[in-house]
Amino acid sequence: MIHIEYILIISAVMMFAGIYGFLTRRSTLAILLSIELMLNSADINFAVFNRMLFPEGHEGYLFSLFTIAIAAAESAVAIAIMINLYRMFTSIGVEKLKNMKW
Amino acid sequence: MEYTLFILLLPFLSFLLLGVWGKWLSHKVAGLIGTLSLAAVTVLSYMTAWTYFTADRVGGIYETLVPYNFEWLPMGSLHFDMGIMLDPISVMMLIVISTVSLMVHIYSFGYMHGERGFQRYYAFLSLFTMSMLGLVVATNIFQMYLFWELVGVSSYLLIGFYFTTPAAIAASKKAFIVTRFADMFFLVGILIYGYYCKSFGFDFDAAGFAEGSFMLPTALVLMFIGGAGKSAMFPLHIWLPDAMEGPTPVSALIHAATMVVAGVYQIARLFPLWIQYAPESLSIVVWVGAFTAFYAAAVACAQSDIKRVLAFSTISQIAFMMVALGVCMPGHEAVIDAHGSLGYMASMFHLFTHAMFKACLFLGAGCIIHAVHSNEMSAMGGLRKYMPITHITFLISCLAIAGIPFFSGFSSKDEIITACFNYSPVVGWWMTGVAAMTAFYMFRLYFGIFWGTENKELHAHHTPHEAPLTMTLPLIVLTVITVGVGVYTTLGGFLEWGGSFGSFVTANGEDYTIHFEKQVAITSTVIAILAIALATYIYKGEKQPVADRMYAAFPRLHRWAYKRFYMDEVYQFITHRIIFARVSKPIAWFDRHIVDGFFDFLAWGTHTLSYQIRNLQSGSVQQYALVFFLGILLVIFSVLFF
Repeated sequence: MIHIEYILIISAVMMFAGIYGFLTRRSTLAILLSIELMLNSADINFAVFNRMLFPEGHEGYLFSLFTIAIAAAESAVAIAIMINLYRMFTSIGVEKLKNMKW
Repeated sequence: MEYTLFILLLPFLSFLLLGVWGKWLSHKVAGLIGTLSLAAVTVLSYMTAWTYFTADRVGGIYETLVPYNFEWLPMGSLHFDMGIMLDPISVMMLIVISTVSLMVHIYSFGYMHGERGFQRYYAFLSLFTMSMLGLVVATNIFQMYLFWELVGVSSYLLIGFYFTTPAAIAASKKAFIVTRFADMFFLVGILIYGYYCKSFGFDFDAAGFAEGSFMLPTALVLMFIGGAGKSAMFPLHIWLPDAMEGPTPVSALIHAATMVVAGVYQIARLFPLWIQYAPESLSIVVWVGAFTAFYAAAVACAQSDIKRVLAFSTISQIAFMMVALGVCMPGHEAVIDAHGSLGYMASMFHLFTHAMFKACLFLGAGCIIHAVHSNEMSAMGGLRKYMPITHITFLISCLAIAGIPFFSGFSSKDEIITACFNYSPVVGWWMTGVAAMTAFYMFRLYFGIFWGTENKELHAHHTPHEAPLTMTLPLIVLTVITVGVGVYTTLGGFLEWGGSFGSFVTANGEDYTIHFEKQVAITSTVIAILAIALATYIYKGEKQPVADRMYAAFPRLHRWAYKRFYMDEVYQFITHRIIFARVSKPIAWFDRHIVDGFFDFLAWGTHTLSYQIRNLQSGSVQQYALVFFLGILLVIFSVLFF
């Protein structure tokens, strides 16, 4: 059996990779990918803690499933926003969104 | 007696129906719905009265029945209830209200024919009837107050029925504000009463808690101020003459027969309290009533608008009822015996008879206005040829209000004057004098309309005609009641029959046989006949030299009386010159400059600050995310290490 620390390290790496990507990438599509990465790292944590602490239960797995479903819905919305963004600015670069203030 | 619930429910349902869907109903259907539900209510009321008064007396008095009573708002040890209570006066009021209301419903078919807002009119009539019935059957003073306000609202709505006329709007506002002002005292009185007696009920068991305290008389007097506002006692009477801007059937129903006697009813309802705990305060009722009676009668002698004359006559007659309630204490001894409580019986009796003949007078005035399209006496004169039915019914009602034997007003007014003489000869003679004035101004009105100088020019242009059957039928019914009650009670009073009004309604519930004091009866009849003769002498002829000479001799007196002794101007002065200018204006200044200034300063500060810090909102999503992320880190660290 794989030791729990390894899995947690993987999830932490994914999480910070996601955060880094979210903060630095210019393309909204890449930002969306980073968000998915962060969500998936959280899913991994749910699954692994469920398995470690409550081997009889299934709540953690179920939460993962919920998160995946929500992530799918969120992608759909995000992509719709991107399409609109492209229509307005002919680009999906995040710097174009700076107009939205005050 | 469970069916009594429908007495309240039916008008309420027809109000909802006509109020919500009235727009899609034709005039005829809407009127029929209102009238039929009222007819059902009338039948139920008469059934209630029949069952109630034919039931056996318990210990010589009619039992008080409470078919419904549920706790509506519990508030600690106090609770506000809603229910139905039947006792002699509430049952008597059921009869009065349902009869007059039904007559007015039928009459309005003719009077309001083709009027815009016909359905709305019937909806409001139903609302009013429901509220008034709820007021009289209230089981506790709080329910009474609730319905009291509801009748105020319906009155407001109906006075302002012709809402395109500025005068009607002003009148409705005036009525609402003046009665609300008085009701404020009523509410304070109720709260004091509830606080000290721990109950709002009409059983008065709990009132003993407050015995000997100064608070109970205070509460009662405050409640009387509320009643004086509703019943248009001086100086709160100013709204009633203006309320005549409403449709005439409304004046008949609300401002003559039912709503304006609510103040009298309230005192009658709380009468055991007055007698037992505040007998001295009753003299306030007497003096307010006696002065109002005289004042209103004096003003009525000089008015030229026929509805105004009737309005002041109503004020004067209600004052008679007030006085009768107040004089129930011969020698100020706190005993209720049949003799002492004569005034109570007389007051309720006068309420009953007055409702009938005054409604008839107002409805008659409606027919006349319908025929000549004016309220002014100058447009009338000589109408007896054109409107025979209205003429006869009006004459009979005038005889009744003047106190001529064998008409209902005689019996009740005579009892009132007898009660006044028992109290004090001053009040007795005073009220006799006012009764003579009543006879005089009513016959001045009668001759001015039906005899006197005919406005031939106007009548040739537009010939007056008798009103349709829907309008004359209520007149005939009310006249029949007036004459029937009059003949029965007059004969009964002279021959000392039992079974007339005193057998049903008395202060302590015991049977009382009405009998007339010969001296009082003869005096008041002679004085009434003399007053009528005087009015006939002055006003009957085609030319009126005596009247003209009187105008010439006392122009200022006439002007003062015509202007109602400038009471409206006094109010205007007090409200505008003193309250608005000396109190409201400084307060308004304070509000505009200090309070508003403070909040303007706050708004200015926020605005300026927000301009300074708005650059934090850069528009760069990733910058926000970074701040958010750092914030989370901060939270995590603070949770972990502190």
